[in-house]
Amino acid sequence: MSPLTHSPAPGAAPMSRMVASHAVMETRLLLRNGEQVLLAVVIPVLVLLGGAEAGNVIDLGSGRRIDVLTPGVMALAVMSTAFTSLAIATAFERRYGVLKLLGASPLPRTGLLLGKVGSLLAVEACQLALIALVGIALGWRPAGGLGGTLGAGLLLLLGTAAFAGLGLLMAGTLRAEATLAAANLVYVVLLAAGAVVLPVSAYPKAMEVVLAVLPSGALAQGLRDVTSGAGLDRTAVVVLTVWAVAAAALTARTFRWD
Amino acid sequence: MEVVDLVKRYGAKTAVDGLSLTVETGSITAILGPNGAGKSTTLEICEGYRRADGGRVRVLGRDPIADRRELAPRVGVMLQAGGAWSAAHADEMLRYVASLYAHPLPVRALMERLGLGSCGRTPYRRLSGGEQQRLGLAMAVVGRPELVFLDEPTAGLDPQSRRSTWELVEQLVADGVTVVLTTHYLEEAERLASWVHVIDRGRLLTSGTPHQLTSAGAKGTLSFRARPGLALDGLARGLPKGYLVETEPPGCYRILGAMTPQILAAVTAWCADLGVMPEGLAVERHSLEDVFLELTGRELRA
Repeated sequence: MSPLTHSPAPGAAPMSRMVASHAVMETRLLLRNGEQVLLAVVIPVLVLLGGAEAGNVIDLGSGRRIDVLTPGVMALAVMSTAFTSLAIATAFERRYGVLKLLGASPLPRTGLLLGKVGSLLAVEACQLALIALVGIALGWRPAGGLGGTLGAGLLLLLGTAAFAGLGLLMAGTLRAEATLAAANLVYVVLLAAGAVVLPVSAYPKAMEVVLAVLPSGALAQGLRDVTSGAGLDRTAVVVLTVWAVAAAALTARTFRWD
Repeated sequence: MEVVDLVKRYGAKTAVDGLSLTVETGSITAILGPNGAGKSTTLEICEGYRRADGGRVRVLGRDPIADRRELAPRVGVMLQAGGAWSAAHADEMLRYVASLYAHPLPVRALMERLGLGSCGRTPYRRLSGGEQQRLGLAMAVVGRPELVFLDEPTAGLDPQSRRSTWELVEQLVADGVTVVLTTHYLEEAERLASWVHVIDRGRLLTSGTPHQLTSAGAKGTLSFRARPGLALDGLARGLPKGYLVETEPPGCYRILGAMTPQILAAVTAWCADLGVMPEGLAVERHSLEDVFLELTGRELRA
């Protein structure tokens, strides 16, 4: 056997290497998990294909169907990754003592968070690129030019922050099984009733205000507006920012590491 | 490492109750006690996971919570269970932990040494209990720490896994690492530790080398069988003060006290005087288990 000495040589790796290593590890684990891939890629693409082919069975309101659908499915993808996947993965990390072990490792909590964000953004980039490609293939023609793209980018980042904050809030307070159930339930409820894929105009008038202040409604409707050339909805930006800040503050107070 | 007057309460229950102990650099120190004695709580405070309600803890001269960033690379921690993603492959998990350190050990060689060479691609959840424990040990030492905390490193292991764990721990200390482990196995403390702290109900009962503990008070038993009803007065005269002679059941003779060659000679001389041949003559030194039982009135593995 090769000589192996345990003589002490302590030291932390550079922060950038730790964060990158953590991001790669989380991404690999996510891709290995069939249910997560289903949630991240298969369901959004199916919704996009199905919605585009469903003709007039589902009323998507005014505008070309694919132009209404694609930004909504992008919001759905963000919700699945930043909220549902992150909540479930983190809850089980807590349950299996991964977070506890990392607490004694050189990776600081900020590094852990940055690693998670890195993994999250990498997965989302792939999801969004795929959805955009499928959308374009089905005839999606986003309007709004460069300003619209930047506005969409801002909404996607804020939406990610808001949903990730809520996901971590859930993962840090509930048991792993409860998180698994609740994160999926919230996903389904918001998908159906949160103005994600269906535009706000498809819901009863009385729900309009509620939908506008839900993170799902704010993100999806904001994306629909900005990619249709209607400009960046300031209200959506404010709503998502408030959710992000509130969720982060609450998570920081309540998160239990073991 | 130094612990002074440590107190930790969980609600109304006091888990650690004024515990003080020190750990010499470069030693293997065992914290021995039954379940619920406060071993893990003490360790978790030293690891910086829990805040003490009273007392002072210094690890490598630092405060485990305030100086966490500085201590983290220098201290390796093996949890009692878990600590890995269930879907992560064994080698992938160890490689990941290694990537957090500046000068990690070669992952392949470490896995070979711990007998994990053949489970590289196995997901953590499919590893046997023994393999999971050994991987936990590997994760604790891969960063080449100065000090390693092992919380019941061999609990529930098969003899072979236990042996490879012991060998690694001995190697660690030979290479200059300080090891603190909790255990409720006496063999483990006796075999590995250069120093043993016996604790129960959150208090330190006694400390010493395993040899000191087992010979302290030098209690022992000499027993043999012979015909019942031998006159004991001659024996009492031959023995120093403080020795007890039991003859229950009849025909079984037991002399209790510090066992020395002189005592053995006195007993056999007495037998020779009476013309009695002692059968099944045996001298037993007390084990750490007996010491523990005397100190606590409790079985270690209860």
